[in-house]
Amino acid sequence: MYEGAVQELIDELGRLPGVGPKSAQRIAFHILEADPEDMKRLSDAIRAVKERVKFCSICFNVSEQETCAICRDPRRDETVLCVVEESKDVMAVERTRSFRGRYHVLGGSINPIAGIGPDQLHIRELLNRLSDDRIEEIIIATDPNLEGEATATYLARMLKTIGIKVTRLASGLPVGGDLEYADEVTLGRAFEGRRSLIG
Amino acid sequence: MYISHLSLTDFRSYAQADFELGPGTTVFVGSNGVGKTNIAEAIGYLASLSSHRVSTDAPLIRFGAERALVRARVARGGQATAVELEITAGKANRARINRANPVRARDILGIVRTVLFAPEDLALVKGDPANRRRFLDDLMVALRPHHAATRGDYERVLKQRNALLKSARSGRYTAAHESTLEVWDQHLAQAGARLLRGRLDVLELLSAHLGTEYAGLTDGSKAATARYRCTVVEELDDDGGTAALPATALPPSAIPSASQDRDRQDPAGGTREAGAVRAPGLEGAGIGDLERMFLEALAAHRKKETERGITLVGPHRDELDLFLGPAPAKGYASHGETWSLALALRLASYRVLGEDDPREGAGPILILDDVFAELDADRRSRLAAVVAGAEQVIVTAAVAADVPSELGGRVLRVTPGHVSP
Ligand SMILES: Nc1ncnc2c1ncn2[C@@H]1O[C@H](COP(=O)(O)OP(=O)(O)OP(=O)(O)O)[C@@H](O)[C@H]1O
Ligand SMILES: [Mg+2]
Ligand SMILES: [Zn+2]
Repeated sequence: MYEGAVQELIDELGRLPGVGPKSAQRIAFHILEADPEDMKRLSDAIRAVKERVKFCSICFNVSEQETCAICRDPRRDETVLCVVEESKDVMAVERTRSFRGRYHVLGGSINPIAGIGPDQLHIRELLNRLSDDRIEEIIIATDPNLEGEATATYLARMLKTIGIKVTRLASGLPVGGDLEYADEVTLGRAFEGRRSLIG
Repeated sequence: MYISHLSLTDFRSYAQADFELGPGTTVFVGSNGVGKTNIAEAIGYLASLSSHRVSTDAPLIRFGAERALVRARVARGGQATAVELEITAGKANRARINRANPVRARDILGIVRTVLFAPEDLALVKGDPANRRRFLDDLMVALRPHHAATRGDYERVLKQRNALLKSARSGRYTAAHESTLEVWDQHLAQAGARLLRGRLDVLELLSAHLGTEYAGLTDGSKAATARYRCTVVEELDDDGGTAALPATALPPSAIPSASQDRDRQDPAGGTREAGAVRAPGLEGAGIGDLERMFLEALAAHRKKETERGITLVGPHRDELDLFLGPAPAKGYASHGETWSLALALRLASYRVLGEDDPREGAGPILILDDVFAELDADRRSRLAAVVAGAEQVIVTAAVAADVPSELGGRVLRVTPGHVSP
């Protein structure tokens, strides 16, 4: 145990995803020894995202305004919607440059063990968006792991009644993985080779 | 195949132990508690990524150490492979093959193949059904390592589905539950059908050997048979169990007589139709059929499952009934018969692995942990005669005199923390 502030910092860092106790300690001492100006920029950046960034009221992607840059961009194809679990997946898909449509961020995947069912995700909002009949195709790009597949199955079953074309990213994505870690080429190919679930 | 060198670091009672092994028999001798079974366990772990004694990894790591390391050089038909496995409690284990970059532990499955006999095997006959399911699944993975994923996928879906059923229990079953449950049904049926098909393949392979091996260990007066009782196709009772039927309820062709078994030792003879192991209701079913049957069973038990908050049908609740003659082995077999049947199950899996890869030098390593002490003289020499055919046999014994002399081989002395010639 370290004294007050240092230990508090280690504890806080240790709560971040992917940071174990040893890394937390290493980062804390790096911060202690680093240039104060650099660390001020870091803490300002953290404060800024918490104060300024919210979620797009249409697609739930992160945004500094009421709606995100993608939803505001008139050049984006409004007939295709790509459904992802998290905002970071939007970034992963954007990097491939294979997709020119719009997004819908669910905010997670169906996971009964974690107590997450359809009601905890932005699925109702997705249905509302579909009342806009300019949308012709839904591409389901949930993670290629069990919970992502289950979410895809759930969406496909639900959308069947609406009569819209539903596709799922082609396999080739490593099973059990995270969409955000798929490399650009693989993810890009997955978009080109998506398979139809309905329609 | 054989292991030519084994090195243990912080594994069980060994801080560091290194020793050479060779083809043929090696007997580890030492008094109780010195660490003989620990060696058998380490070799078995390399082959199956699980211990025959404990279900978690923590006890495998030496007290006070953070991780255990098991390293082996494996010779397979003139080709040598170095495998290295790092066991860390509560974290994913890592492995290295030929000193290359670390890979997932699962990637070393198939490099070492073993069949391990141990006193714990009595539970194969007397213990609860999970022991027999594990026997089938372990053999399935040993035969086709990709089935490690088949088993893992099923367990993951099952956990999710059970969590959902639990949250839906006691009248809190909503429309959202219903629609999500249908999704998990579909995934459970897909994963379960693959697992069932894998088990059925194993049962079919075992069928040719179980009766013969049992007959070979005994005087042959009773036939050993087995019946896979699948919750997907059986009637469930109020507790969600299935009723054990006596072997006599099977068609007569399913119960081979002991003399028929003897005849079947001819390796060229058609052995399949004799069928010492059966799976009523599932014979010939493909993955698609099994998936459909699974979905039907889930639909039929929907009410019971939501009341109980648990998945009642599926391979995780199936049973492999064992019989000696017309009587179930569990609850009826004598102590000696129980032992012979457990050995016969292991020997049958040894035969199955041998047939699967009949190339010179590819046969599995046999590990006999403390087995001879449990057997009478007759069965000792019968067992010795069978295992002498393996390329490498690892034997542990507290008393060297318990090991039949016809096995011969080299003796290594075990003292706490050390192995010496
Ligand atoms: N994680 C561990 N760390 C340190 N020592 C351990 C650990 N696990 C087991 N041991 C020790 O190993 C010994 C048991 O070893 P093992 O089971 O191999 O004995 P054995 O030689 O097979 O004995 P027996 O003849 O009675 O079967 C015990 O003394 C136990 O305390
Ligand atoms: Mg022992
Ligand atoms: Zn948006």
